[in-house]
Amino acid sequence: MTRKAVALISGGLDSLLAARLIQQQGIQVEGINFFTGFCVEGHTHAIRKHDRNREKRNNALWVAEQLGIKLHIVDIVEEYKDVVINPKHGYGANLNPCLDCKIFMVRKAHEWIKQHDFDFIITGEVIGQRPKSQRKRYLPVVAAESGADDLLLRPLCARNLPPSRPESEGWVAREQLKDFSGRSRKPQIALAAEFGFEDYAQPAGGCCFLTDKSYSVKLQDLWDNRGTREYEIDDIMLLKVGRHIRPSSDFKLIIAREEGENNFLHGYRRQFQTIKTVSHAGPLALVEGARLNPQQLELACAITARYSKGRDADSVELLFSDRDQETRTIQVKPLAADEIRPDWVIV
Amino acid sequence: MNDIIELDARRLLCPMPVIRLQDCLAKQVSGARVRVTCTDPGTMSDIPTWCRINGHRVLENIQQHDEYIFLVQKATDGD
Repeated sequence: MTRKAVALISGGLDSLLAARLIQQQGIQVEGINFFTGFCVEGHTHAIRKHDRNREKRNNALWVAEQLGIKLHIVDIVEEYKDVVINPKHGYGANLNPCLDCKIFMVRKAHEWIKQHDFDFIITGEVIGQRPKSQRKRYLPVVAAESGADDLLLRPLCARNLPPSRPESEGWVAREQLKDFSGRSRKPQIALAAEFGFEDYAQPAGGCCFLTDKSYSVKLQDLWDNRGTREYEIDDIMLLKVGRHIRPSSDFKLIIAREEGENNFLHGYRRQFQTIKTVSHAGPLALVEGARLNPQQLELACAITARYSKGRDADSVELLFSDRDQETRTIQVKPLAADEIRPDWVIV
Repeated sequence: MNDIIELDARRLLCPMPVIRLQDCLAKQVSGARVRVTCTDPGTMSDIPTWCRINGHRVLENIQQHDEYIFLVQKATDGD
């Protein structure tokens, strides 16, 4: 009887190697990849024009193709909110709930194997590879709190851990698994070479925006100013784009930095008040918050004009639009650079 | 069987267009055809790759202005 395993595929090297080690033992492997909304992959490249010529490759799909396995991509945006908002085990250095995230994903994978009649779950975890979620004392926590228990196998470090059920039942040979530990990538790079994998994704700041300091500051600002720790998918997409400037607690400007961001923000023109420079080349800005009063509107326009080609002009004309309904033109003198207060800029 | 199901994935960023296509195909019978319209240039790579690894066929792949349109046929049993 051929045993079946589902591998959590992030698109990185570790999950690629873990899945290959198990495939080599004659196990049928399929991949699962979770979309949280915070994934770095693809989005900024798709939005920003100067990134448009970069190779666009979804690394999870690339990994699946290298392995010759099916990949199931699961939208967990709604369910994931509770992980981000109420992490039982707290946050890492930023708003990254890495341990709760791993528990959640393994729990979803466990539900998936029960629904699809698979036998066990594989992850690319390595003891000590990451500062929190892969500490040795947390690996049993992931297995226990996810409900996967001994159906969770970590092929890259299995020989440093008590045998999982796939090992104790003889579904896989423990001696063919690995005993990697620590932060060094050398064992993984050597194993990749042994398997003939090239051109795999290199870790560069993680695959989740929540590990990014600037992004986390923007999310915290959003929560603080709404008075509630909630978000929608559009909120977290917009935090990836543009300059975020909050001159008062009543409103925030999201100002495009280049043409690609302009086009992306333009798609939100029916949901937000918008400001666009018309007398000079310049950015589109979304206004997030209550309807602007005349003083706020003048300030918002003067800030937006600062980021246009007319920044040194005496007067810049802008078009204000309220959710693509009411529009009017406004003339302002752009703010000088030193009039943009540092505490307005959310970074 | 000859009908083509239209799927609008415009303004969605990857991997959402792939997820929409995946979820749409899951409800169809083998051989069904879905035409998905996208605006994220990343779909030019992601949709053919996802189809390839899951056994579905891309029958047409058209770029029209800023839209990327794929006609996909669901894998037949045994694929």
